Amino acid sequence: MSPLGSGPGSGPGQAPGSGSGTCLRRNDDRVVPMSPSRLPARPGEVIDRERPLTFTWNGGAVTGFAGDTIASALAASGCTVFSRSMKYHRPRGILTADFWDPNTLVQVGDEPNVRGGHRLLEAGMAVSAQNAWPSLRWDAKALTALGGRALSAGFYYKTFMRPRWLWPAYEKVLARFAPGGVIDPASAPRRHDKRYAHPDVVVAGGGPAGLAAAVAAAREGAGVLLVEHEHSLGGHLRWGTKSERSMAAALAGAAEAAGVEILTDATVAGRWEDNWLAVVERDGAGGPERLIKARAKVLVVAAGLIERPYVFAGNDRPGVMLSGGARRLLNLWSVRPGSRAVVWSANAAGDAAAADLEAAGVVVEHVDARTGRTVTAAEGRRGALERVVLSDGTRLEVDLLVTAAGWTAPTSLLNMAGVRPRYDPAAARFFPAEPGTAEAGTVLSTGGISGDGSLDELVGHGEATGRLAAARAATLAHRLRVATAWAAPVDGPEPPEVPDERTPLGRDPHPELYRSSTDGIVDLSEDVGSRDLRHAAAEGFDSVELVKRWTTATMGSAQGKLETVNTVAVLAEATGSTISEVGTTTWRPPFAPVTLGALAGRMFEPLRISSLHDLHVAAGMTPIQAGQWIRPEHYGDPAAEVCNVRANVGIIDVSPLGKLDIRGPDATDLLSLLYVNKWRRLAIGAVRYGVMCAEDGVILDDGVTGRLGEEHYLMSTTSSGSGAMEVWIQNWLQTEHPDWRVRVTPVTDAYTSINVAGPRSRVLLGRLVDDVDLGPEAFKYMQVRRGTVAGVAGCVMWRIGFTGELSYELHVPAGYGPHVWQALLAAGADLGVAPFGLEAQRIMRLEKGHFIVGQDTDALTKAPTAGLEWLIKLDKEDFCGRPELQWALEGEPGDAPDAVPRLVAVQPTDPSYVPPEVCQIVAATPDGKERIIGRITSSRFSPTLERSICLAQVEAVHAGPDTELTIVDITGRRHTATVMLHHAHFDPEGERLRA
Amino acid sequence: MLLVPCPHCGPRNTADLTLVGESESRPDPSATTPQEWRSYLYLEHNPAGWTRETWYCRLGCGRFFVTERHRGQNRFRHPPLGPADESAGPR
Repeated sequence: MSPLGSGPGSGPGQAPGSGSGTCLRRNDDRVVPMSPSRLPARPGEVIDRERPLTFTWNGGAVTGFAGDTIASALAASGCTVFSRSMKYHRPRGILTADFWDPNTLVQVGDEPNVRGGHRLLEAGMAVSAQNAWPSLRWDAKALTALGGRALSAGFYYKTFMRPRWLWPAYEKVLARFAPGGVIDPASAPRRHDKRYAHPDVVVAGGGPAGLAAAVAAAREGAGVLLVEHEHSLGGHLRWGTKSERSMAAALAGAAEAAGVEILTDATVAGRWEDNWLAVVERDGAGGPERLIKARAKVLVVAAGLIERPYVFAGNDRPGVMLSGGARRLLNLWSVRPGSRAVVWSANAAGDAAAADLEAAGVVVEHVDARTGRTVTAAEGRRGALERVVLSDGTRLEVDLLVTAAGWTAPTSLLNMAGVRPRYDPAAARFFPAEPGTAEAGTVLSTGGISGDGSLDELVGHGEATGRLAAARAATLAHRLRVATAWAAPVDGPEPPEVPDERTPLGRDPHPELYRSSTDGIVDLSEDVGSRDLRHAAAEGFDSVELVKRWTTATMGSAQGKLETVNTVAVLAEATGSTISEVGTTTWRPPFAPVTLGALAGRMFEPLRISSLHDLHVAAGMTPIQAGQWIRPEHYGDPAAEVCNVRANVGIIDVSPLGKLDIRGPDATDLLSLLYVNKWRRLAIGAVRYGVMCAEDGVILDDGVTGRLGEEHYLMSTTSSGSGAMEVWIQNWLQTEHPDWRVRVTPVTDAYTSINVAGPRSRVLLGRLVDDVDLGPEAFKYMQVRRGTVAGVAGCVMWRIGFTGELSYELHVPAGYGPHVWQALLAAGADLGVAPFGLEAQRIMRLEKGHFIVGQDTDALTKAPTAGLEWLIKLDKEDFCGRPELQWALEGEPGDAPDAVPRLVAVQPTDPSYVPPEVCQIVAATPDGKERIIGRITSSRFSPTLERSICLAQVEAVHAGPDTELTIVDITGRRHTATVMLHHAHFDPEGERLRA
Repeated sequence: MLLVPCPHCGPRNTADLTLVGESESRPDPSATTPQEWRSYLYLEHNPAGWTRETWYCRLGCGRFFVTERHRGQNRFRHPPLGPADESAGPR
């Protein structure tokens, strides 16, 4: 065996990738031949030797096979050092050869932190080592290992704190030492999807017990989702004996036959109330990583056992491996992990590893941990194992040390359901304590997490658990159906509550093996040693939660799966307490790391378009998303659209405007309650502007409402507020006035709304309307009529003027929207009619000084701020926000009226300067400094006035007409501006819209 | 995510509904004081025990209803109490 780092360098003439594809070119361009350690074909191997796959490792070509993981392919090619450790940059090799392996995180192309022990090999992958510079062999930062004592727990916290002004410099230095891969900002964006699932039973874990549970539950009629962490089913049977492998295949076949939905390479990442589960399917043939939100009736946790490393001097040296890691390499991928091995074993899995290695031709020294002999040191040079020292002083020259020190039960999902882990010293591991919370009856566990037993006993327990899960799911399903009033009638009585009569699994005795007489690394992901933990305890961090945060133990890529119990054991030793007394840290979601992309995923937010959308597209609109709506921002030139409306006539699609049809004898009471102004004397055929305030007096929405009949109104709300207003009104009707006889129907989508605006709008409309007298005296400003437009009956027309021009707003039955739109354009061609977009409308409303709720007002803007004192009628009955508005108008003790903001129109002194919206307005203070007194809320260049115009909120004391203000833009430059007398910059008397 | 017991739609995801707040009577707006009104608007009792709450079934029936939830254990008392017609004004 010639591991990386000890082989002789060969000449530079040797081509990379030659010689069985097992050469490795380092960054320094010297080529190190590696001895291949792939064995001839063996039964049970998962690789396809007919399908070789070539990839690169640090630039050099390497060949593996389909079915290999990145780590197994590299190991087969002779690689022994896969990474440098996070803090001390120590060389690291394979430890577990699975998902949790802390030492085989690699960069694959532009993807950092890929788990080499888990990710399947693909042809052409560009794999490189992380944490290594300039190369894996000569790592400059390994110097930190020399000063390793200086990098003890809390080193960063203590060292880089003072002086505070150096923080930016510290950040730059530390960032260079930050572990992990490299993010490429140029990476192509990826799409992640989401899915919702409603299985009766979710089984987390596809080992023998989990498979048996899934099959039994499915055979009882339950819909079952089985989630397996690894790429294939079978759990530990996969690397076991021939009979174990055939058992795995039989169970997997039975699961498929029973109709179980099987997800492999997926993880139940979290569990919340009522068995709300996050299941993450990782990248694979099925597509990119996907988040499944599953509501399960019963969750079966069959997560199996995770092998625990042993802490001793040199325990992180390449060549030191867990028994599971050695067996997986050998039995799944036919990779011989060494030539001379010490197998130190405290259990059957370790004994099996010794037997497997011997059968593969490895010279094995089997050391039985149950006799009390332990490993005290693994020694060697340059990232290679050369010698193992035992507690009795024996020194053995080997290149592989396999440890089997015991197990950790990954009880996370149970703990998320409120079940506490409880330590059993006789079995040397934690078990779920029963019972947990009231809900825990719907969370069951089986397999290694619950206890030990023969394969038959594990499968038997799994089957009993599956049957129990199915029965409890059936009971719960019945209750859920009964609780759903409108569901189909529920047949039969509730299925009886099924007691848990499973025969508990036994617990095999196991020696407590955590740390030897020497110190080693406890958390290999975070490079935290047993000495660091002792120091932390000595410094007073003597609870496990504090030690975790101070040392970062259990916070790395292995997420505590390998190191939590060792951390607890070392801390117990240091504080003179027991493992039970110390307890474990809290297991929180996610069970396994999840990318942020999977969590962000796809949003299920609908986009809305009006019936005129296709016509806008054909007319060349520039679209803009406003709330949920796609609207035309303009059709090419918003300034020209403004001029055309002011000179001729324009039409705009205002369909997103919220519209509510209100009917009933108490409809007027409802309007009086909602609006701050009066509604009792609104004549039939009239429309009125109104403002709604919340109960805190803040402006909620505004719009016009027209009275169509004695007990019939059509209300309009802002486009963005329509949904919220509907809920607001329902809230009042359902909770405060359920006795009122009034129906409110949202009709936003039922009408296509078109505003016809401009001095020629009356002429245009007159060509399409026969049954309504449009004469200025017959159909006045702020009146509503119903009639026929372009042959379409049942249209509502109201004469209002958001743009400040003579204008008619048409609400046309939505199916006829395109017809009426096209009829308007055709009939008005000689009048210069043209569509205008949202931007032109915003300019024109700003020219008129109309505020937009949410743009010129905010969550603190009470009605008086917007100058609405005239609108608020305190001499009427109760209305929303009345008490606050009364106090605002009449004043309260402690008020500072000068500081209350006011909405004012502002014009910059330089007419060509358009201040950015939300830039600040400042005033000088007596001490010569400046203070923010307000901000610009709306700002545009007015094509009508040929100058910039704004709305702003400023403190009342600065809001008087002709006050000079100082605007500060984002670059810090100052511009002067003047407060105007009226909100309207244009036609303040409103002569045009009343024409 | 909890299942919220809507009296009309049955148990539904919390995200399908809106928690309006503790069910509390709206003070008489013509006789209230700033202190009483603002404590009604802004303050919750939030006991670690049973609380009467108003929920709005946003994506379902669109009804407001009152239910009881234990805020310590985060579970509902079944069945729900029914429509929110006697108290719990909008805030």
